[in-house]
Amino acid sequence: MEQRHPTIRVYLTVWATLMALLVVTVLAAIPRTLGGISTVIAMLIAATKAVLIVLYFMHVRYAHRTTWIFASAAFFWLLILLGLTFGDYFTRGWTVGTYGK
Amino acid sequence: MPDSHAQSAVAHQFDDAPQQHHADTLGMWLFLATEVMLFGGLFTGYAVYRHRYLAGFIQASGEMHAILGAINTAVLLCSSLAMALAVHAATTRKKNQLVGFLILTIVLGLAFLGIKATEYYLEYKDHLIPGLNFAWDGPDPKAMFLFMSFYFTMTGLHALHMTGGITVMTILAILAARGHFTAKGNSNTIEMAGLYWHFVDIVWVFLFPLLYLVR
Repeated sequence: MEQRHPTIRVYLTVWATLMALLVVTVLAAIPRTLGGISTVIAMLIAATKAVLIVLYFMHVRYAHRTTWIFASAAFFWLLILLGLTFGDYFTRGWTVGTYGK
Repeated sequence: MPDSHAQSAVAHQFDDAPQQHHADTLGMWLFLATEVMLFGGLFTGYAVYRHRYLAGFIQASGEMHAILGAINTAVLLCSSLAMALAVHAATTRKKNQLVGFLILTIVLGLAFLGIKATEYYLEYKDHLIPGLNFAWDGPDPKAMFLFMSFYFTMTGLHALHMTGGITVMTILAILAARGHFTAKGNSNTIEMAGLYWHFVDIVWVFLFPLLYLVR
């Protein structure tokens, strides 16, 4: 069984896309009035770049299913960490005024 | 002869090359998962304090050298391409290409660290290094201090990973020049080191907008 890897053309296309996304990230941050929306845009672009790197540069797209599970588990656990923490800190203000009444 | 060479690249505990490749890949991803947790903790702490002191973090982010940060992001993305091409050269057993792309990866990695060091020096001159010379006359000095602490911890840990990666690549480049990977056809080591390099790149992909582009 031969290991499947991307071709050089695929590598170059992914690299060009990553560079283009970097330019978009910088441009989206220039209008300072966008506020939180520019953060959402920046994080969506960063996540897209990460997925491209994982799938093509790190060969996960071509890998065995157990590799998919190991790679996904890493980020799934991160989502649990972020989700439960933010679920606490970001909602604390919601209950202001209901304490001690 | 090529067949017997390929056979000798498989360690005795594995049935064949694909099984060894699979085991190597899973082991490396398991290690990367612990790295995701290590950086994840810092990212989580950063997000909580950014939510709490948003105005201060926006002000602090304005003190960052965003252009140098953007250039550094481009440098790292190029180094990842060089690394991917090094892995390609290793799997197709092209020794000179492999050595060349590994050296290019190292050079781009060093360029990243050089630009990062320049930024640190500029921040030193701006009196923005907590615990060393921090002094801020403007509003929100505590949030400023907090942001700079996160900034140096996160970029510092990332730079440490870069240094480790460059060290590994240097050793691999020397071994590659001796034909260690292309003679027997054991490209796994190059590929696993590549996974680490790309992971460190991914960390920076998130660090750049989070630290330099707070709006």
